[in-house]
Amino acid sequence: MLLVSFITTTSIPSIVCLAIPAKVLDIKGDVATVDFGGIKREVDISLTDAVVGQYVIVHTGFAIQVLDEEEAQETLAFFDQILGENVA
Amino acid sequence: MFRFRDKEMAEKILQKLREMDLQITLMHVCGTHQDTLVRHGLQPLLEDVGVDIRQGPGCPVCVTTAKEIEESIALAKAGKTITVFGDMIKVPGVEESLSDAKTEGHDVRIVYGVNDAVDLAGKVDNEVVFIGVGFETTTPSIAVAVSRRPPKNFSLLSCHRVIPPALKAIVEMGEVRLDGLIEPGHVSTIIGSRPYEFLSEEHGIPQVIAGFEPLDLLMGVYMLAKQKEEGNARVDIEYRRVVKPEGNPAAIKVMDEVFEPADIKWRGFPTIPASGLVLSDEYQEYDARQRFEDDLAELKDKEFKEPKGCRCGEVLRGIIRSEECPLFAKTCTPMNPIGPCMVSAEGSCNILFKYSKYAEGK
Ligand code: SF4
Repeated sequence: MLLVSFITTTSIPSIVCLAIPAKVLDIKGDVATVDFGGIKREVDISLTDAVVGQYVIVHTGFAIQVLDEEEAQETLAFFDQILGENVA
Repeated sequence: MFRFRDKEMAEKILQKLREMDLQITLMHVCGTHQDTLVRHGLQPLLEDVGVDIRQGPGCPVCVTTAKEIEESIALAKAGKTITVFGDMIKVPGVEESLSDAKTEGHDVRIVYGVNDAVDLAGKVDNEVVFIGVGFETTTPSIAVAVSRRPPKNFSLLSCHRVIPPALKAIVEMGEVRLDGLIEPGHVSTIIGSRPYEFLSEEHGIPQVIAGFEPLDLLMGVYMLAKQKEEGNARVDIEYRRVVKPEGNPAAIKVMDEVFEPADIKWRGFPTIPASGLVLSDEYQEYDARQRFEDDLAELKDKEFKEPKGCRCGEVLRGIIRSEECPLFAKTCTPMNPIGPCMVSAEGSCNILFKYSKYAEGK
């Protein structure tokens, strides 16, 4: 699946600026269990309206935005278009 | 599957750029962009097609001043439990770092996020101080934690800064040629595209908000080159899958409620008006600088010099590249860092060292 390509980090270090995508597996109140390509972790999702199954961008224990899968497809289509051909 | 890393497409973008016959200098303000540029070897490829990209003040740890590090160390020495992000701990203050203070037996702990610090405060009696470092990507999480009214023994030493006033300062200082700005994807996730618009409108600078995969950056560069070619200056969003023009309204709201702007000095810069964040009146009780005024009194009006020979300031203003610092990879290495740009994973000296021949055999 397309969005899997965003997941490149396997460990989750304590670095202030790092933000990485994770899939929402389960939500209880403000806390969601998310999957960073195999590593499960609880994050605070109070800043988003994420639902189970979506990808969120996680930064220092908080989801800061939902990843928009349609926009990702459109961005790639836009790349194809301005480059003037289809890239498989 | 790895379509945002597609080599063929990358080559096509580079070919397009080559055909445009460019000679431009761009700046980005994000350590993660620097990482992408260096890790994937994009910098020489871009130089080859006439695009010089500089890193500006986009590393929150790097722009934190020696004074703020000294404040953190002073609080550790006064017996507080210090909680901090991992890449802050080795940053040298005047003579030592938080890591040195820890070795001396003071209570300094690395946390993944602010919630870990709040949880800790709930479990111990000691004063727990969180060293709040970070731009708009990080600040909303701190704001949420504070707005929930954490235990009374929790406090925040705010070293938070915001990006748009720093960009304004860079542009107005006029030290580097700027044909375009690559805006940070995750800061923009929070603030959206509007806070950058004045730079295009008033200063005629093309801007793009770009993501962090190699194709995101290359496409961002192409979008800027196009704007330049067409004589436009506006804020384009390349990173649409995450960044909306309005940003994340819930995050902006809680930041505005908990913090208010303040003038603050950035490493390598003079004081930049309204570029810092202090706790608003309603949350002052959590302000470590107020609570521990006595412990910090000695530092209050002290001036601090940069580490001798370190050129982080010029690196952060985009004037030189890390490899132009005479100490780079000689006396200054990640094991023995002289300035913060070699410590933080977002610092350009650290990034260059990590992916370069210097790191071999370490
Ligand atoms: S290489 Fe070291 S001394 Fe030189 S600018 Fe970077 S951090 Fe400072």
